[in-house]
Amino acid sequence: MPALQETVERVRRIDVDQYRYGFETLIESDKAPKGLSEDTVRFISAKKNEPAWMLEWRLEAYRRWLTMTEPTWARVNYPRIDYQDLYYYSAPKPKKQIGSLDEIDPEILKTYEKLGIPLREVEVLEGVVKPEGERRIAVDAVFDSVSVATTFQKELKAAGVIFMPISEAIREHPELVKKYLGSVVPTSDNYFATLNSAVFSDGSFVYVPPGVRCPMELSTYFRINERNTGQFERTLIIADKGSYVSYLEGCTAPQRDENQLHAAVVELVTLDDAEIKYSTVQNWYPGNSEGKGGIYNFVTKRGDCRGNNSKISWTQVETGSAITWKYPSCILRGDNSRGEFYSIAISNGHQQVDSGTKMIHLGKNTTSRIISKGIAAGVSQNTYRGLVTAHRKATGARNFTACDSLLIGDKCGAHTVPYIEAKNSSALFEHEATTSKISEDVLFYCVQRGLSQEEAVGLVVNGFVKDVLQQLPMEFAVEAQKLISISLEGSVG
Amino acid sequence: MNLALAKNETGRALSDSFAIARDRLPGTGRVAEARSAAFEAYDRAGLPHRRIEDWKYTDLRALMREVLPLAPTPDAAALKRAATAVKLQAIKGVRRLVLVDGVFAPKLSELDGLEKGVAVGTLRGVLESGEAALQAQLFSLDSANPMVALNSAMMTDGVVIQIANGIVLTQPLQIIHVATGTTPTAMFTRSLLRLGKDAGVTLVESYIAADGAKTYQAHDSLVVAIGDNSRLDHVRLVEDGREAFNISSAVITLGAHAHFNTFGMTSGAAVSRYQATIAFAGEGSRVETNGVNLLNGRQHADTTLFMDHAVPHCASREVFRAVADDRAHSVFQGRIIVRPQAQKTDAKMMTRALLLSDEAEADNKPELEIFADDVTCGHGATTGALDESLLFYLRARGLSEKEAQALLIQAFVGEAIESIVNDDLRELAIAAAQRWLEARG
Repeated sequence: MPALQETVERVRRIDVDQYRYGFETLIESDKAPKGLSEDTVRFISAKKNEPAWMLEWRLEAYRRWLTMTEPTWARVNYPRIDYQDLYYYSAPKPKKQIGSLDEIDPEILKTYEKLGIPLREVEVLEGVVKPEGERRIAVDAVFDSVSVATTFQKELKAAGVIFMPISEAIREHPELVKKYLGSVVPTSDNYFATLNSAVFSDGSFVYVPPGVRCPMELSTYFRINERNTGQFERTLIIADKGSYVSYLEGCTAPQRDENQLHAAVVELVTLDDAEIKYSTVQNWYPGNSEGKGGIYNFVTKRGDCRGNNSKISWTQVETGSAITWKYPSCILRGDNSRGEFYSIAISNGHQQVDSGTKMIHLGKNTTSRIISKGIAAGVSQNTYRGLVTAHRKATGARNFTACDSLLIGDKCGAHTVPYIEAKNSSALFEHEATTSKISEDVLFYCVQRGLSQEEAVGLVVNGFVKDVLQQLPMEFAVEAQKLISISLEGSVG
Repeated sequence: MNLALAKNETGRALSDSFAIARDRLPGTGRVAEARSAAFEAYDRAGLPHRRIEDWKYTDLRALMREVLPLAPTPDAAALKRAATAVKLQAIKGVRRLVLVDGVFAPKLSELDGLEKGVAVGTLRGVLESGEAALQAQLFSLDSANPMVALNSAMMTDGVVIQIANGIVLTQPLQIIHVATGTTPTAMFTRSLLRLGKDAGVTLVESYIAADGAKTYQAHDSLVVAIGDNSRLDHVRLVEDGREAFNISSAVITLGAHAHFNTFGMTSGAAVSRYQATIAFAGEGSRVETNGVNLLNGRQHADTTLFMDHAVPHCASREVFRAVADDRAHSVFQGRIIVRPQAQKTDAKMMTRALLLSDEAEADNKPELEIFADDVTCGHGATTGALDESLLFYLRARGLSEKEAQALLIQAFVGEAIESIVNDDLRELAIAAAQRWLEARG
């Protein structure tokens, strides 16, 4: 059945023209010369005061990148990117040495205030009533190519948790960075990951020591401000034996007519019995209603369940970006390890989304779960692309996949491209993509108890989307709910 | 490096064999031009390999390596061996049309007493002196697919069936492909079925090998046009020799309010690929496709279906069951596209794989591409082993391990086999499945 009017209205409300975060911060910035060359790489490395090994690592990636070609297999169309017409580094000019938060450029502080991100440690994210000061989040704010502030560092340090910009971590914890950086997403992994390895500027680094449950949620807020600038962030999270951490990520950018490139790499490592929960609300500028402008979001995210009984869970709400090319994946290497992927991807206007996941079962008794909801409106294209594979030795591997999509209007497209590969007889894989109808029985039950047909649909659908929403930490769930208070009636597989 | 090398070598060998075979390929003028164009298309691409998305799981450069030279026209001895093989396969009440080593064999076929409104000819005849429209239809297949292009370039013979408006045949037609070659050769065939309006027929395609046939390659294709309000029931049984290759393509077009029911079972051939495009050209039509793979040893079988919903109010159902034992490899790729104007489409696809050995592999790629909003589409895919508790239940009731497994496998593939409407043909498919199970021991 076609989408209800109410749903259509709601989607329109989050239409691309309604982008709330499109303002620009006028601030002086320090940029690398335009274009990409070994000199750019050296420039970035020097700016970050990096040790020689890091520069070598970058240069190797850069040389590798020169030999690669841009991938074309995804269902996205965009004009050729001129990699020489971009700035690869841009940082707000520091007025003086920063000692405390008060000394941060007030313009930047204002930006984050406007975005609803608390850099002052007393606040929590907008939209949530503070429950007796119980919930606190440590925020790392990344502005273009640099981290401008990281909150709650002292308290985290007391717990033994390292949470800092990756540029600092390279200097202060080289042994950890050397050991893990590029161990999940190797520099040669793919075109965009290799580019990122060469020119990444900042991002977050998290290390949770053995047996520690991170005392608060960690979050990084990415903001692209400068014109013609690519953001290449790099995040590395390591959960040592028996530890737990929940990490949130949010992103916005100003409204501009030209396309901007965002090529990030996120690496997660869990050792024995550890767990990482990684949540993203991606709300980059999607371009205007004619498809002009917007962020090109080419992201490589991968988690490695290296230890036994470890777990990695990805949750994403994708509403922004002109183009999304993103496949948060799990390598289930340790025995009994578990991977999860929950995703809501909404595309509107001229947006193009090609997103999904990979669950690679290598260890014994590994399990994975994929829940993906795609909603396409306007003239957008929304593709789910997923791989589930069980290696010969992955006995007892188990996967459940459900990917549903909803089309609103007849000019958009929704596609599913799952790859299911079983090389082991004890692997048990289930894949389904059937949401077209809500069970008549359930609807009848609700209507019989006095709900109108629409209320009944709303009730069922709400419960339905909750699969994904309830995986989000509360702060994000509120924001996400605002973005996607959409019913899924009339959806198609 | 190796890939490039492989391409060059096979390419050269094939260019030579195309040149050698040319004189034996029917048709001149426009037909010959179409052949050359198709061969060029193939020559540019070469054998498909895993880097081509559509052939990701079936890398013919690794599996097949080369295209064998064209099989010689069968001699009397070959025809005799073929006749024996055909006799063993005989289905009661079916009209047989036999192709031996890619050449139509009138003596083994039953052409007498054709019903009024039914015309049966050969591809050779049509390409040499048939009407231009029919020739054009035979060359309508898309050369973008290298194996289709190769087939277009090399096709030597086949069966061309035309059924007039309003004719409903009660007797099924069976096209039997028999291979007799004792030396490694390839055969290239293409058949065509044109079903008029308000017509109906059952078509069976069988692929078998005569006793003593060794390595051979069967390159086949089928072009079908189903007229408005017509119905085609189609059964396809691949029981090629265990060292054989079977690469087949089909393009089926449905008019309005037409019905196409198809069942395919692959238990033979070392490497097989069946790629079918089913296109809806008229509203209110319905397609049911059912498939079964029964594989063991080192068999590799690939079924690739493309369901093209281009018009509104059509329905399609796809059911696929794969059973893989030993080191067998089963591939199912199903793609459903719902084009922007195809509102009210109802498309479902279900694929299930059963792995009986830890070294067997099953790959499923059920794809949906949807451009219309008021549609019901879905797909499901499962992979797993036999259910331990069911096995236990049956064992507890006195069945041996093998018997219990056989019973469960039978039930597993049964759902697809049940779809065959014709009783005799359904029995035939059940018998073939049973033979496979018995051979398992």
